[in-house]
Amino acid sequence: MTNTAPAGLKPAKLTHETAIEMIGVNKWYGEFHVLRDIDLTIARGERVVVCGPSGSGKSTLIRCVNRLEEHQKGRIIVDGVELTNDLKRIDEIRREVGMVFQHFNLFPHLTILENCTLAPIWVKKMPKKDAEEVAMHYLTRVKIPEQALKYPGQLSGGQQQRVAIARSLCMSPKIMLFDEPTSALDPEMVKEVLDTMVALAEEGMTMICVTHEMGFARQVADRVIFMDQGQIVEANTPDEFFRDPRHERTRLFLSQILH
Amino acid sequence: MTVTEPPGVAPGNRGNADFVRSAMAPAAKPPSSEVGAIAWLRHNLFTGPLNTLLTIGLVLLGYWTIPPLVDYLFIDAVWTGSDREACIYTAERTKVGACWAFVVDRAAFFTYGFYPLAERWRIDVFFVLLVIGIVWLLHLRAPRKDLAAIYGFVFLPVASFLLLSGTPSLGLPTVPTNLWGGMMVSVVVSAVGIVVSLPLGILLALGRRSNMPAAKLFCVIFIEFVRGVPLITVLFMASVMLPLFVPDYMQPDKLLRALVGIALFASAYMAEVVRAGLQALPKGQYEGAMSLGLGWGQMMRLIILPQALKITIPNIVNTYIGLFKDTTLVVIVGIFDFLKAIEASRIDPTWAAPTVSTTGYIYASIFYFFCCYAMSAYARSVERRLAVADKR
Repeated sequence: MTNTAPAGLKPAKLTHETAIEMIGVNKWYGEFHVLRDIDLTIARGERVVVCGPSGSGKSTLIRCVNRLEEHQKGRIIVDGVELTNDLKRIDEIRREVGMVFQHFNLFPHLTILENCTLAPIWVKKMPKKDAEEVAMHYLTRVKIPEQALKYPGQLSGGQQQRVAIARSLCMSPKIMLFDEPTSALDPEMVKEVLDTMVALAEEGMTMICVTHEMGFARQVADRVIFMDQGQIVEANTPDEFFRDPRHERTRLFLSQILH
Repeated sequence: MTVTEPPGVAPGNRGNADFVRSAMAPAAKPPSSEVGAIAWLRHNLFTGPLNTLLTIGLVLLGYWTIPPLVDYLFIDAVWTGSDREACIYTAERTKVGACWAFVVDRAAFFTYGFYPLAERWRIDVFFVLLVIGIVWLLHLRAPRKDLAAIYGFVFLPVASFLLLSGTPSLGLPTVPTNLWGGMMVSVVVSAVGIVVSLPLGILLALGRRSNMPAAKLFCVIFIEFVRGVPLITVLFMASVMLPLFVPDYMQPDKLLRALVGIALFASAYMAEVVRAGLQALPKGQYEGAMSLGLGWGQMMRLIILPQALKITIPNIVNTYIGLFKDTTLVVIVGIFDFLKAIEASRIDPTWAAPTVSTTGYIYASIFYFFCCYAMSAYARSVERRLAVADKR
């Protein structure tokens, strides 16, 4: 199926290692057909930005990758493992796939450090000392090591989101999913989070990012995917995508968000 | 924009802006009419005509009720004596208040029931162990909460059983439960209800929210059935119906049957309280935990339950208060609880005096009020702490 897919649905990078493969994925919420025949292949190290109007299924798409949502038809293969109802495989995939949410979803009853060490200790069975070392390493990378002993509620939105990124990185994931990571932030906080994401992208992390930050898409994306009504409408390199959108719907969308 | 120059605007330095602040306004103190005792009175007691009227009414009510109450409870009260003679009207004693001599005389009976005199120290030890457990578990800054949980939920029940019921192998003669009575029975029944209903309630709540249809159905049926039946019915079923279904030689103990009934009843209510807490947590907490690869058990134990139980503490305590008072109902299946001990002494001819009944009931209400108020004060202090934590 991937052989017949149009160029935009194949990786823009020339590395042929596949990170994520979606073949004919369909999903319904009750009667509502939220994902329709999604074919998408993402290569290792590729950065993909997904945009589209609200309700277009873009969040659902990436939430299917780590099985926060279940797809009903088609195949999703993440890092060579196909997602089925097998709970073991789901946990295996979730260990390899980090996710950053719009509302951070930090654990408010744990300190920043405990937020970061929780999964390494309990899921990877890492000794506490090592886990704390790893956590401090990543907290330093997102530039908030001094907040380690505070609670999430004591931090600003931007700081919380950077902690959420560090928390995911502590599991050394191969793939990172970002679900509108800057949409819930005050305008003054957006840049610090985007900077963190850019740094991550520059290190070669495989990323799928649902965002409306078109500047970010231009700067780091290898591919931009535009979705509407549960379908991929257009997929292209950012240069082409912004300079010469082909589909009528894409042009309309871009004219709405790029004033 | 404005014709007159607003203060704080430097003239001639305006550029294109209509208004540029040159100095920030400092924070000022509120006017004196808004602070101090007079302001407090005005804001709280005499806000308007209705509020003023209510204040005066309440002051009058206090004036009419409190002095007679003090007279009855303390000034005219009888403190010493060994039988009814102390509390009856005589030529020189025309006013008799509360007959505390009765309570003092029967205090041991109220506390221990018919428990053999020589073995009553076992009940005292039980009370001490219980208080240690309560303080250790509930004091928020107490060390080693994990040990406290083991102490409270494993050691304490086992030790209490061995102590109270007796273990001949340890040199503690068996005391059959029909000799148990008084405050000790009320405390045992409440403690068992409290200790069993929380874990069982959590399991039922998790079961009710589970994706497994069989477990869910079982939990829903159990919870709804128990909640749909009055406690008295449950107690009757446990003590009257149950013996009909089991052979004579395995008749469960009467107290045990009531304990099981109360514990199951309380669990159903606790399950609904815990479920409310589980539902109050945002979906993001579940998703955050799942996305990190935590399994269901780890997610519940490490992320969901600590938060859900914390926000439900006031409601859990509320359920406990209800349960504690409901334990007086065991009297209808013939168990001799605290209230029943008072009731039995009150009609005892040895203490037939006009104010004995009232005094007995006052003593009961002091006991119940003290316990319930302690629980609710604790719940409120936790609530306050949570409010502070939320502002963090």
